[in-house]
Amino acid sequence: MIKSFKKNIKGILIEGLTLSSALIIIAIVVVMFTVILIGGKDQITWEFLTSFPEDGMTKGGIFPAIYGTALLVIIMSVAAVPFGTITAIYLTEYAKENSVIAKTIRFAVRTLAVIPSIIYGLFGLGFFIKFVGTQMDNAFLGGQLKWGQPNILWASLTMALLTLPVVIVSVEEALKTVPKDLRAASLALGATKWQTIWKVVIPGSISGIMTGTILAVSRAAGEVAPILFTGVAYYLATLPGSLSDQFMVLGYHIYVMSTQSANVDQTMPIQFGTTLVLLMLTFILNFTAIILRYRIRKKKTD
Amino acid sequence: MTFEKIHTENMVLHYGSKMALNNISIKIPENKVTAFIGPSGCGKSTFLRSLNRMNDLIDGVKIEGKILIDGVNIYDNNIDVVTLRKKVGMVFQKSNPFAKSIYENVAYGPRINGVKDKNQLDEIVESALKNAAIWEEVKDRLGDSAMGLSGGQQQRLCIARTLAVNPEIVLMDEPASALDPLSTSKIEELIVQLKEKYTIVIVTHNMQQAARISDLTAFFYLGELIEFDKTKKIFTNPEKKQTEDYITGRFG
Amino acid sequence: MTKKPKKRKKSEAPNSGLIDITQKKFRWSDYLAEKIIKGVAFLSITIIILIFIFVFRESLPIFASSKSLEHSEATSNTTEVQETYGEVTDQQPIVEEVQETYGEVTDQSDVQETYGEVRDTSSAKSQVESYVVSDGSGYDDNQSALKSLMSKDWYPVSEKPRFGLFSLIIGTFKITVISILFAAPLAILAAVYTASFAGKRLKEIIKPTIELLAGFPSVVIGFFALMVLATFLQEVFHYDTRLNSFVGGIAMGIAAIPIIFTITEDALTAVPKTFNEASLALGASKWQTAFFVILPAATPGIFAAILLGIGRVFGETMIALMATGNAAQMGMNPFESVRTLAATIGAEMAEVVFGDTHYNVLFLIGSLLFIFTFVINAIAEFYVKGKLMKRIQGK
Repeated sequence: MIKSFKKNIKGILIEGLTLSSALIIIAIVVVMFTVILIGGKDQITWEFLTSFPEDGMTKGGIFPAIYGTALLVIIMSVAAVPFGTITAIYLTEYAKENSVIAKTIRFAVRTLAVIPSIIYGLFGLGFFIKFVGTQMDNAFLGGQLKWGQPNILWASLTMALLTLPVVIVSVEEALKTVPKDLRAASLALGATKWQTIWKVVIPGSISGIMTGTILAVSRAAGEVAPILFTGVAYYLATLPGSLSDQFMVLGYHIYVMSTQSANVDQTMPIQFGTTLVLLMLTFILNFTAIILRYRIRKKKTD
Repeated sequence: MTFEKIHTENMVLHYGSKMALNNISIKIPENKVTAFIGPSGCGKSTFLRSLNRMNDLIDGVKIEGKILIDGVNIYDNNIDVVTLRKKVGMVFQKSNPFAKSIYENVAYGPRINGVKDKNQLDEIVESALKNAAIWEEVKDRLGDSAMGLSGGQQQRLCIARTLAVNPEIVLMDEPASALDPLSTSKIEELIVQLKEKYTIVIVTHNMQQAARISDLTAFFYLGELIEFDKTKKIFTNPEKKQTEDYITGRFG
Repeated sequence: MTKKPKKRKKSEAPNSGLIDITQKKFRWSDYLAEKIIKGVAFLSITIIILIFIFVFRESLPIFASSKSLEHSEATSNTTEVQETYGEVTDQQPIVEEVQETYGEVTDQSDVQETYGEVRDTSSAKSQVESYVVSDGSGYDDNQSALKSLMSKDWYPVSEKPRFGLFSLIIGTFKITVISILFAAPLAILAAVYTASFAGKRLKEIIKPTIELLAGFPSVVIGFFALMVLATFLQEVFHYDTRLNSFVGGIAMGIAAIPIIFTITEDALTAVPKTFNEASLALGASKWQTAFFVILPAATPGIFAAILLGIGRVFGETMIALMATGNAAQMGMNPFESVRTLAATIGAEMAEVVFGDTHYNVLFLIGSLLFIFTFVINAIAEFYVKGKLMKRIQGK
């Protein structure tokens, strides 16, 4: 009797221990979110979101940072989504399941996914800016410096490389939910492989492509390390007008303001406000993606 | 020398190292219903799928011997497989309509063949749905999703989809096995009507079905073609003992 | 391509008007599609190789024979650049040993050298700041740079620059240890709870919450650490330096929790249900099953989870920049400021002169980070696949 009682106590304690671990983690998330919410909620006004910073960032709004973030993710998506989708299509529709090619590509994708984001920044600097950009300047501008320096184009492409694995994985997951016998039906009707992919498989995986895009956008909106030296700036008087301009983003804004602001008391509310905006943005995007993915997985098991 | 519609000589099929079909020689005439019967795993479905080269999709499949359709060996190098599959259509065991509307399902085939004119498509869709004996049931809801149809209706939709491509031969792999008796009999009726225009080859594990609707029956066992003759003869007076044993239910 | 669908007439003689399959058609769109798709897919492999090449390429000059001492000037392009990379005030690369406090009274205990550079330290008040690159040192003596790599001192912008990676490595190491000590038990135990004890409803709360945590940008976690966590921890533990490896480590740990949790949970649920059933059928309780059967069976996966958590922390830049104090020091005290490898790149790359030794050394650090995470990932993958497969299929 005592023995089983002791066993029970042990069991309860252990279950309690693991439960508390889970609860601690949840608490951390809740605290982080609440603190930022409380610190920043008063800042979120229409003006804040639509006006430029003034007075050395102690007043005004963060519109250029929002604009820059939006522009960055749009250009990044244009690059990453097609490439990622096509790679995923190759993996599920063309490559033989266990071929060397497929395994190598998958390994490459997983490796890309774990490379620290700062390395992408280095690559962006060493490759896009110093190599491609300089070549472009030499070829088209006779050596005049335009593309061989940090700007939104290079930063967006760098970011696209970073988010490529995310897109590939999401799209692959969605492609796999299209049942094999739909492909068989299409082929049996005399459709070619590409027709089948274009007209049956892809339409059936749109939600996965969307999920991948949303996750990529969410990631790109928040990452700062890859753009630290590939194009971002802290204060610009004007919005970026062309691909060769620099730009501001929310994440970098937070970083610089919080670490290098001369007047902390005055900028603190703005810091919290900007952080809240960024957090809400990624929150909404991730939430949407989670719901989408949940629905994809449900469709799979139907 | 004239050939039957489908004519195979010494056809052998391997899955990797395993031989699944051994020395199949058969002559299937046009505008008739030919049934393939036999116990599970005897190779009848595999053979059926060789007739429109759907086995190409499986890794490691090797085929020897001749399979001729209209006198042409379909495994020749200069054969266009895509066109072959327009000539030889297939209806699958489990109905597999696309996640599109009823109209779009049927129009899929003609569209990929380049038919763009809306009027033409409408005609083709209507005629296919009529030929599949489902027009009356769906004519008012062509825009609805195909997934909303019942199992039997979906299967008839798949048949319509296949007919819309205007094949000459229609292969059916146990088309009614997943359906209730009422839907099954509707499909059986349909098959008998279709043979006027098309050559039908149907795989079935239901002997009574074969007896009901087919003109010719082929009995497969363990990858070999045991006997092939008029249905009446197979079921009343088969030549081979194995056939008789199967028919009378001694095995399978 | 428009083709009239052929109409079959019953009365047509056989072998005429039938669909002819003997002309192999060449379909342009299919051909193109396949070629393009294949080409793009190889892109991912190409990218990895390119990253390898270009990151290493920029670090190679170090290993070349010494260039002549040059004081390369700031190249003219930089004045075209509208803005700087966060140049409001910048104490980071200059005053190496001042622990950064951001918004608090600076603790000036360890001020060492200030390197006399021309820097435009325009304050936040000016609207447009012009970029004057630090002359850096324009230092190009690669031989002595190479020699100094394993030294203790990271003074890249002094008169005689020394690029001692040792203190950076120590700093990264301290952060990693603290963060994993914090994150791994929490994440693993939480995963055990989710996989073995939690009911459906709780699962649906825990898992999405942790996924949301995964979605927190690291700059936000860094901000939280800098503003709130640092103060809180300082009040609880009563140490002197507000931003140190302890704070940074905890913050990094928070960032690492999702990845350790997810992979551990995957590993636990991948254990065949039959193990679970067999154990329960023998009369073991849920917790006994969880700890003595499932957990051991999932050990390779848990190991991989920790490895990947380490990889994540090792390369994390923003949290390091914001919460660790950014002082390259060598001590083992967790309550001192540190400088990590990744943070060094992040902080200094914007200010180096393209092509000089400092630039090359930063790329070298990048290459090291790249190799390190690559190796960790490879081990995690192959170890897990190897051991896991053996365990589940019987040795």
